[in-house]
Amino acid sequence: METAHEPQHRQQHQQHPISLYLKIWGLLFVLSTLSYLVDYFQLQGMLRWTLIVVFMVAKAGLIIAVFMHMAWERMALVCAILIPPLALLVFVWLMAAEADYTFVTRGIFFR
Amino acid sequence: MAHTSMAISLDAAHPAGGWRGFVADWSSDRTAFRVSWGKAMMWIFLLSDTFVFGCFLIGYMTVRMSTTVAWPNPSIVFGLDVGGVEVPLLLIALMTFVLITSSGTMAMAVNYAYRRDRYRAALLMVVTAILGECFVGMQAFEWSKLIFEEGVRPWGNPMGAAQFGSAFFMITGFHGLHVTAGVIYLMTVALKLTRGDYERAGDYQIVEIAGLYWHFVDLVWVFIFAFFYLW
Repeated sequence: METAHEPQHRQQHQQHPISLYLKIWGLLFVLSTLSYLVDYFQLQGMLRWTLIVVFMVAKAGLIIAVFMHMAWERMALVCAILIPPLALLVFVWLMAAEADYTFVTRGIFFR
Repeated sequence: MAHTSMAISLDAAHPAGGWRGFVADWSSDRTAFRVSWGKAMMWIFLLSDTFVFGCFLIGYMTVRMSTTVAWPNPSIVFGLDVGGVEVPLLLIALMTFVLITSSGTMAMAVNYAYRRDRYRAALLMVVTAILGECFVGMQAFEWSKLIFEEGVRPWGNPMGAAQFGSAFFMITGFHGLHVTAGVIYLMTVALKLTRGDYERAGDYQIVEIAGLYWHFVDLVWVFIFAFFYLW
C-alpha cells in the first residue's frame, strides 16, 4: 500500500475542498450571466468592449487558476505555460495594422 | 553505487559529442517541472492548442477589420424565437452555461478520484461527457439553423460580409471537434476508472490530466463567446 501511494506523494497532490469548486462554479455562472446581459441590454461603444473583456479575463483567470490548479503549481510551470501566449498579443498588433491597411486599400480601389 | 556516481562525474567532465551527445543532453535527467511527464505534456499540448485557437481568432479579427461590407449582427443571427419573442443569443447563452456546468462536474470528478472514490469520480465524468455531448448537439442545431434557414455558407451569406461564414464554421467547428474528442477521452478514462485500472496502478493523476483538457475546452469557449458572439 505504501508503494502504491508513493507516486502521488512525491508529486504535488492537487486536492482542494469541493466547496471551493462550487464557489468558483457559481462565480462563473454570475460572470457569464453578466456578459450575456451586456448583449441583452444592447450596451454599445467603449462600455460594451470594456465589460466584455473584463468578464472574459475574469472567467479565464478563474478557470486557469482554480479548475486547472495553476494557482498551486510551481513558478517554473506557471511561467512556461502562461508567458508564451503573450506572443499572440504581438501577432494581434501586427495583424491589426495589416487589416487597417487592407481596409484602406479596399476603400480606395473597390468601392 | 560508487561506480555509477563516478561514471556520471566523468560524463559531465567530458560530454560526448555528435548524436551521442545530443541524446545524452536531452535525456540526462535534469528536471525542470516537478510534475509527472503526463501532466507536463498535457500542459505543453494545451499551450500549442492555445496558439492554434489564437491564430484562428486573430484571422477572424483580421477579416472582420478589413472588410468594407457590414458584419452580420451576431446578436440577431444567433437569436432564438421563444413564443413569438426574439431573444438575442439565447442558444449561445445556454451552451455557455452547459459547458461551465460540465467544467464544475469535472473539477469534482478530479477531487473524488484523488479520494480514491472511483465510482463517484466515474459517474461525475460521465455527467461531464453527457453535458459535453449536449453542447455538441446544440452546436449541431445552431449550424443547421444557420445553413438551412439563414443560408450562411463559408463563401457568403445574405446578411453581410462574406467572411462571416468561413470564420464562424472554422472557429466553432474546430472547437466542437475538441469537445467531441474530449467526450471520447472522458468516457475512456471513466471506463478505466470503473474497471479499477488506476486503483491497481495506485495513481489517479490521469483524471486530473483529462480534467486539464476539458477545462481548456471550456476556456477556449470563453474567448470565442466574447470575441465572436458578443463583439
